[in-house]
Amino acid sequence: MKLNLKIWRQKNNKTKGKIQDYILDGVEEDMSFLEMLDFLNNKLLNEGGEPVAFDHDCREGICGSCSLFINGVAHGPERGTTTCQLHMRKFKDGDTIFIEPFRSRAFPVIKDLIVDRSSFDRIQQAGAYVSVNTSGNTQDANAIPVSKEDADEAFNSATCIGCGACVASCKNSSAMLFTAAKISQYSLLPQGKVERKQRALNMVKQMDLEGFGACTNTGACEAQCPKEISIKNIARMNREYLMANIKK
Amino acid sequence: MLKSSIGRKFLMALSGLFLIVFLTQHFIINITSVFPDDGKTFNALSHFMGNNLIVQFVLQPVLILGVMVHFSLGIYLEIQNQRSRQVSYVKRSINNGASWASRNMIISGLVILSFLIMHFYDFWVPEIMYKYVDHNPLDEHRYFHELQVKFQELFRVVIYCVSFILLALHLLHGFSSSMQSMGITKGPIKLVSTLFAVIIPAGFIFIAIFHYI
Ligand code: FES
Repeated sequence: MKLNLKIWRQKNNKTKGKIQDYILDGVEEDMSFLEMLDFLNNKLLNEGGEPVAFDHDCREGICGSCSLFINGVAHGPERGTTTCQLHMRKFKDGDTIFIEPFRSRAFPVIKDLIVDRSSFDRIQQAGAYVSVNTSGNTQDANAIPVSKEDADEAFNSATCIGCGACVASCKNSSAMLFTAAKISQYSLLPQGKVERKQRALNMVKQMDLEGFGACTNTGACEAQCPKEISIKNIARMNREYLMANIKK
Repeated sequence: MLKSSIGRKFLMALSGLFLIVFLTQHFIINITSVFPDDGKTFNALSHFMGNNLIVQFVLQPVLILGVMVHFSLGIYLEIQNQRSRQVSYVKRSINNGASWASRNMIISGLVILSFLIMHFYDFWVPEIMYKYVDHNPLDEHRYFHELQVKFQELFRVVIYCVSFILLALHLLHGFSSSMQSMGITKGPIKLVSTLFAVIIPAGFIFIAIFHYI
């Protein structure tokens, strides 16, 4: 198929970027979206041009690197799918496709379609862990009983891959779904409950410091999340945070 | 806590819920104006609300404070949220899976605020002037008549209807959203908030039209 690509090109975070047009012929429908970009880059390199910079790693929907805003939607038109798992069969011959980086003040563009998401790392570093004594006599985690319901809920929250689609889709570019998923993942389990207050306080504080907007519960994050994380996590985070403030 | 994003969300939700309680009370009183008793119940309730010391000097200032907190924080958060994305998308899906009501709370909110200013000017200011500035004699029977006179003007009825439609949209998102902000997810929240968002504004519109015709 032949596509009309409109791709955001930006040299670095000091310069202004703009949309550039590329006509790409010979795209096959069983290519993944990233393979289509590889194909474009090969062509650009052969013609002596600068390839389009984009983030990727696992290409199997688990690392969260492939953050592209495709035709106005994070990760493109298919629900519950990352960019790397999106296939060109979702498009038609002659389609125009806009490809932009995820946009937020807290996600500055590094180059073209690559954004710096280290703000997410800092939020996690603020509390998304359990302090375990690893001196050699660590208790087996399976020895602590966990209800099936809690285990399932915690697992659902833990499926967040930290791609940033929630921020990219939210009109307020809020990172609450991400932060809430990380907080929930721990606070639902007995091992994580010990540090729940500090976790909620510190992670929310870091999230605010990074310059993300505030959530207004529109639900766009949940609708566009490739892992379909529920906004119930945000309500849980609100509870955790409010309780942590009351019982400091 | 109120400096944090969640703290502000909580305050926004709390002030919103407080306004919902006030709206319900206002509706209950107003609906009595359509009772077939020539405004007897409406007059009695209005007289009570207008002359009870606790209502006048405790609840009324709290209400004004609630309104001010809700709209000033709403505007502040909107500005802050706009700033959190400095470069906008060239192409963006219209809704990204979110409803019109949830994406445009600032628009419905500003319409309601303009309506409130008009409403204060229309009813509240003359009432305060009547009671506390001109020191008129207390007339327990004037309220119903005043209401009927106001709703004779078509333009006022139209403004009422439009404002209440936007209020319905505001409540449609705002009610359930305030629950979510407070961390409450159990129970038939969506159903209750949708029913409230439809019934109360529709009731107000009915009252306005009833007195016009
Ligand atoms: S490249 Fe890892 S999730 Fe897409």
